[in-house]
Amino acid sequence: MTNRFPLLGYLLLGAAFGLILTKAEVISWFRIQEMFRFQAFHMYGIIGSAIAVAAIGRRLLKRPPAPTLCGEPGPLQDEDTGRGYRFWIGGTIFGIGWALTGACPGPLFILVGGGVSVMVIAVLSALAGTWTYGLLRSRLPH
Amino acid sequence: MLPEALTHTWPWYVAGPLIGLFVPLLQLVGDKQLGISGNLRHLCSAILPTRIDFLKYDWRGTGGWNLLFALGTLIGGWVGVSLLGTREIAISPETQASLHNLGVHDLSGLVPREVISWEGLLSIRGFVSIVVGGFLVGFGTAYAGGCTSGHAISGLSNFQLRSLFAVFGFFAGGLIATHLLLPLLF
Repeated sequence: MTNRFPLLGYLLLGAAFGLILTKAEVISWFRIQEMFRFQAFHMYGIIGSAIAVAAIGRRLLKRPPAPTLCGEPGPLQDEDTGRGYRFWIGGTIFGIGWALTGACPGPLFILVGGGVSVMVIAVLSALAGTWTYGLLRSRLPH
Repeated sequence: MLPEALTHTWPWYVAGPLIGLFVPLLQLVGDKQLGISGNLRHLCSAILPTRIDFLKYDWRGTGGWNLLFALGTLIGGWVGVSLLGTREIAISPETQASLHNLGVHDLSGLVPREVISWEGLLSIRGFVSIVVGGFLVGFGTAYAGGCTSGHAISGLSNFQLRSLFAVFGFFAGGLIATHLLLPLLF
């Protein structure tokens, strides 16, 4: 089955993912503010229960996946992990952007589909950010 | 008439588990790992890979499935907003008060239109929120090797310690921006 799943199936899975995030208001700037102000359980409940179900699902599959980083073309190399600085520093930089835009990468795309057309600019900016990271990569602590 | 379940806000205990199911589902159908931010890298690789090692790889082979997934999420967002309708986001009264203090008065819609809109883009707070914020999202997720879906959901459900460090970073950054930067900016 591994290689038989049609590519268009991922389009449908993505559509379901986008619909769920929209209906649960995960893509809302207001919900992200509520989360970072610790004023509601909504986002914590979503992230927490998603992790729990994902962990149970992985266990039921009994196929522990190779550790990965988002978008890495191949298996994880030592040089990708480095000394761990990248997770703290990169994570904090992303967190600042998350609270400023009110959207992490999923919602960034979904909001464009949901009609918040100005988010196209945020997506282009995010692309510039990723490109700039690539340019500076060898000079940054990892 | 659409059933209320489709038009109302989905509670966390429905949406969270559904989102979590995508991790075993993607693993089952194609040994894929849930993660959206990789698509920013794939798109950079496709559009402008010039002389940057980080962007020189087979983006079609590696990320083709994920780019289609991301395209799908746009359709899901369109269906979610257009066909099923949106209500005013029912954020807590405390958050409403906090945002009023911050100078955000229109709490309708998915985003504050005073800030996150084409008109807002011309203001300093709108420009920083959209352009600078977007840049930091792209830079930070590439640096950290993942975002909320890749590190928090995929990584933590796989008990990866580095994902925990990254998630601590996400929240440290989010708290800095919310409690220190926004009051200066807004």
